[in-house]
Amino acid sequence: MTKSELIDILSAKQTHLACKDIELAVKIMLDHMSQALATGERIEIRGFGSFSLHYRPPRMGRNPKTGEAVPLPGKYAPHFKPGKELRERVNSGIK
Amino acid sequence: MALTKVKMTNKLFAELGLNKREAKEIVEMFFEEIRTALEKNAEVKLSGFGNFVLRNKNRRPGRNPKTGEEIPITARRVVTFRSGQKLKARVEAYARSKSQ
Repeated sequence: MTKSELIDILSAKQTHLACKDIELAVKIMLDHMSQALATGERIEIRGFGSFSLHYRPPRMGRNPKTGEAVPLPGKYAPHFKPGKELRERVNSGIK
Repeated sequence: MALTKVKMTNKLFAELGLNKREAKEIVEMFFEEIRTALEKNAEVKLSGFGNFVLRNKNRRPGRNPKTGEEIPITARRVVTFRSGQKLKARVEAYARSKSQ
């Protein structure tokens, strides 16, 4: 499912709001979530999961072409931990 | 303070002029439809944000860390999130500003 398919599904279920509004709402929500992570804030959605930043310490990398060692600085990577309901529903198809 | 559904609802109310009830409904439906797609074994790709990917894990031996007793970990399907380039770039810009 892509973002535009998600917008179509929401529009079909939400008949009293214009498709344009749904599209804008999805964009605002995703931007809000990105903005939170981009300022180091966690996201916590009960039953869905939480997003946080994980720190990756600096390490020595290698230029694959020359084999030369290059220092890589530490960085933050977004991390998602699925919530209980999502975990159980995703796993329900498997026996 | 973490970002929650309440804060997302308030933002839709303030920026889109939806009433509180409509805004709340949209936020709930947004997460519910993502869960439904993943439940139906469909990956979810939200461009600019990231992809929710499904992985099937085989059964493997595990251990109760308290008792040391061996118990099998059953086969399961799990969700992982892979952040998109745009989100990574935004997060890294923040990390750089913090380290300066």
